Amino acid sequence: MSDIMVDIQRLSFSRGENLIYDGMSMQVRRGKVTAIMGPSGIGKTTLLKLIGGQLKPDSGHILFDGQDIPALSRAELYQARKKMSMLFQSGALFTEMSVFDNVAFPIREHTRLPESIIRLIVLMKLESVGLRGARDLMPAELSGGMARRAALARAIALDPELIMYDEPFAGQDPISMGVIVRLIKELNNALGLTSIVVSHDVTEVMSIADYVYVVAEKKVIGHGTPEQLRQDKSELVQQFLQGEADGAVPFHYRANAYEDELMESAR
Amino acid sequence: MITDKLQHLGRNTLNNVAGFGRSGLMLFGALVGKPDFRKGFPLLIKQLYVIGVLSLLIIVVSGLFIGMVLALQGYTVLVKFGAEGMLGPLVALSLLRELGPVVTALLFAGRAGSALTAEIGLMKATEQLSGMEMMAVDPLRRIIAPRFWAGVISMPLLALVFNAVGILGGHLIGVDWLGVDGGSYWSTMQANVDLYQDVLNGVIKSIVFAVIVIWIALHKGYDAIPTSEGISRATTQTVVTASLTVLGFDFILTALMFGG
Ligand SMILES: Nc1ncnc2c1ncn2[C@@H]1O[C@H](COP(=O)(O)OP(=O)(O)OP(=O)(O)O)[C@@H](O)[C@H]1O
Ligand SMILES: [Mg+2]
Repeated sequence: MSDIMVDIQRLSFSRGENLIYDGMSMQVRRGKVTAIMGPSGIGKTTLLKLIGGQLKPDSGHILFDGQDIPALSRAELYQARKKMSMLFQSGALFTEMSVFDNVAFPIREHTRLPESIIRLIVLMKLESVGLRGARDLMPAELSGGMARRAALARAIALDPELIMYDEPFAGQDPISMGVIVRLIKELNNALGLTSIVVSHDVTEVMSIADYVYVVAEKKVIGHGTPEQLRQDKSELVQQFLQGEADGAVPFHYRANAYEDELMESAR
Repeated sequence: MITDKLQHLGRNTLNNVAGFGRSGLMLFGALVGKPDFRKGFPLLIKQLYVIGVLSLLIIVVSGLFIGMVLALQGYTVLVKFGAEGMLGPLVALSLLRELGPVVTALLFAGRAGSALTAEIGLMKATEQLSGMEMMAVDPLRRIIAPRFWAGVISMPLLALVFNAVGILGGHLIGVDWLGVDGGSYWSTMQANVDLYQDVLNGVIKSIVFAVIVIWIALHKGYDAIPTSEGISRATTQTVVTASLTVLGFDFILTALMFGG
């Protein structure tokens, strides 16, 4: 068993004309929390979908547990997905099911456990995200933060080997933020999970991550342990960590020169 | 200018063809492979309820009114020739061969088809389909297939209900109100309606229409642009495309079945 869970090699991906990754590489170590940080719209969600095999890269390899995800057949891909789990930015709870049934869904789909045991597992998972009391609510009755936590309970229902969190902290109050930060850490340590956390909440991420990648301009601009990153000489990395709006990394979505565009409409 | 238009037309055609190719593959993906009855059956039952049973009211009410109108219109013509005894077959044949399958399909497209498109489009927009895929559950199998089968099973049954209610509606107007002889309403109907030629062909029509309507509804939802206006456009398209396709196929099927 290799030490590396996800190995991304020279990945290139574009959406139509829009080149998102250009020869990017990164490694996610087994049993560690790896954080991916970067400005909004840089393609972090896209990266998770690439790892999950929902998008196909233009070129490059994405090795998950030694298997090259883009090269897998449909059946193999579904097999590989049983070992991973993703917490979507929006939660992606099934709106026609209660919270309980949402969490039970993957268990019912992939195991033949009796209902009494499923109930036990679901209650445990809900308890760990502090939503045991909300099990009979429908997703529409949850707040954004609660929905995210319910989705987290569902994501860990089957104890995956890899779990990918897409912006787990966005929209959480300080208390539930703390709960989630601790939960990610605990899950990782207690169950030996491998975690990928995508976020731009610098403080929270730096507090739990074992290793951090900062992504911008279509590739990795800096990586290392949180300590190493703080010492990083790169202007780009420092700008991101300090949260300065305009510096080496442009804050604006790529566009034509401002003056040109204004002139064009004047014409 | 004109080349622009041509280009546009060409691109649209290609997109449509590609769309149909994709939807064909999608349907294929959803329906082949060994079915899992343990999980599939409850899903099918639920969809039969949502798609079929909940459409029952609109079908019954429409069937009743259409039967009543047929009897009224038919009577005024037939009575001129002293042939009001033939009211039964007139009502029955119109319904069985034509109005039952077609009107049911049109109503079904409006009632169930649009709802299906919106439901699936929303599931896509809220990443529920993506989420399911990431949980290694195939949304085609889990979401699309039960809805497809539920539609294909329930629409012919709804058409039969429509026919039955329509014939009773015709009886209500023709016999109870306009005074056509009740015995002759039923006996001429029995003598003139053929099980294969009329009843079975009607059922075949409505199976074909069911496949058309459900397929279009599911495809439009699955292919919808995942935004609010994308979904609203897809919903409209479902009703329009499905209705027109049904009417077109109705002509072809009628020509094949009764034309020769
Ligand atoms: N379905 C899509 N079709 C076309 N382009 C898309 C699509 N989804 C995302 N993009 C583009 O891909 C880029 C990356 O999007 P992505 O959602 O991965 O960003 P992100 O880093 O997750 O941003 P955020 O931090 O705001 O969630 C964006 O520039 C966006 O415009
Ligand atoms: Mg994102």
